Amino acid sequence: MTFDLEYLLEDMSDIKITIIDREGEAHMVDAPTDMNMNLMEVVRSYELAPEGTIGICGGMAMCASCQCYILNFGHMLPEQSIEEEDMLDQAFFVEDNSRLSCQIPITEELDGLEVKLAPEAP
Amino acid sequence: MIKTDILIIGAGPTGLFAVFEAGLLKLKCHLIDALPQPGGQCSEIYPKKPIYDIPGFPEVLAGDLITNLMEQIKPFEPGFTLGERAQTIDKQEDGSFIVTTNKGTKHHAPVVVIAGGLGSFEPRKPPIANIKDYEDKGVAYIIREPEVYRDKKVVIAGGGDSALDWAIYLADVASEVSLVHRRKDFRGALDSVEKVEELSKIGKINLITDAEVTDLKGIEALESVVITHKTSASEKEIKETDYFIPLFGLSPKLGPIADWGLEIEKNAIKVDNAYDYQTNIPGIYAIGDVNTYPGKLKLILCGFHEAAIMCQSAYQRIFPDKKYVMKYTTVSGVSGFDGSKKEAKKEVVKSIN
Repeated sequence: MTFDLEYLLEDMSDIKITIIDREGEAHMVDAPTDMNMNLMEVVRSYELAPEGTIGICGGMAMCASCQCYILNFGHMLPEQSIEEEDMLDQAFFVEDNSRLSCQIPITEELDGLEVKLAPEAP
Repeated sequence: MIKTDILIIGAGPTGLFAVFEAGLLKLKCHLIDALPQPGGQCSEIYPKKPIYDIPGFPEVLAGDLITNLMEQIKPFEPGFTLGERAQTIDKQEDGSFIVTTNKGTKHHAPVVVIAGGLGSFEPRKPPIANIKDYEDKGVAYIIREPEVYRDKKVVIAGGGDSALDWAIYLADVASEVSLVHRRKDFRGALDSVEKVEELSKIGKINLITDAEVTDLKGIEALESVVITHKTSASEKEIKETDYFIPLFGLSPKLGPIADWGLEIEKNAIKVDNAYDYQTNIPGIYAIGDVNTYPGKLKLILCGFHEAAIMCQSAYQRIFPDKKYVMKYTTVSGVSGFDGSKKEAKKEVVKSIN
């Protein structure tokens, strides 16, 4: 019984996120809210983009390899830091809804978030 | 021809620490790095950022870690080929290797260690479909010889320090300088931004903001760029120019190493982690962020560990008949190739009568 309960509790801390990969395929994945993860790390953990093409700087907002387009919930995300703004400034394929996924922590409010990965920079 | 025992490709923290471990075994090292300074990502991307997971350092700035490593390996007198990218590798009959850089510098060593991290840093190329057709025919990603632009028309794109600095410099050299940037804000140093603003007011720099170069035109060579303005409902402007110089910073690419016949998986080099971090080509090792194996962690501390293990195997490869017994630095001290000797202070033995 104890195990089942723990399992349930653990499960409840997951949220669902839809990630459209660079080939256009949508993946609905579980993302934990209790592991101090950001969206880039979720994408990497499900290997939705090849290693070496995403999160190159490790999540310091110092490359733009984890750029994504936010398709909903844009208003609920934390504001862009100066570092993120600057990095998006030198990135390519930038749209108004572009964000660096490494700067988006996974929180409960983001249950149902939909994002699309930006193309890999040439 | 540069000759050494271990040729290390990549002068990041892992490559630098490999010099120390090799030095303890009396093996000499030479490092090649595409960047003009040692330190790799630590120096190039985040020198002022703290690192908290270097054992024994509760907090250390990436730049300081590199300074410390350079100090630590100084007695072992490593050689450096900086600002050059390892391009080709040729296996010799005796099993040794010759590695040649993009500038033609040749290095000869019995052991090659790839500690290339994410790869070599190369200029980011903007996603303009036909840009490759104009490379060296009007498009340049790096300014090597500013005099080339004397009395020519130049379009620079980008909003960072290098775009600003070159726009300022070329304002006095070129017949016309245009600076195209996607936004109104510039990221560069404040004086550079102010200088560009000033030069723009007196007509020495043609400042085009909220705009992007989206297409290139020209028959044999570049003749004009197409600039798309963001604000006025994607209005396009054709601007005649001799040169287009996009300056969007550097990004790492595995580069020519990918063509060396090494087994590559997930943009990294597969190695034998059960033993010595050797690749599928005997004599070529890969350590640090550039390698992959089951359970790989891209951490500096893992690179250090891999460097130590690799050196033992490299020693056996170079001296197959010699037996080496691992010694602790605390016991044996550190004897540099420069004649320096560091060792623990001897306890003073004095009897009390």
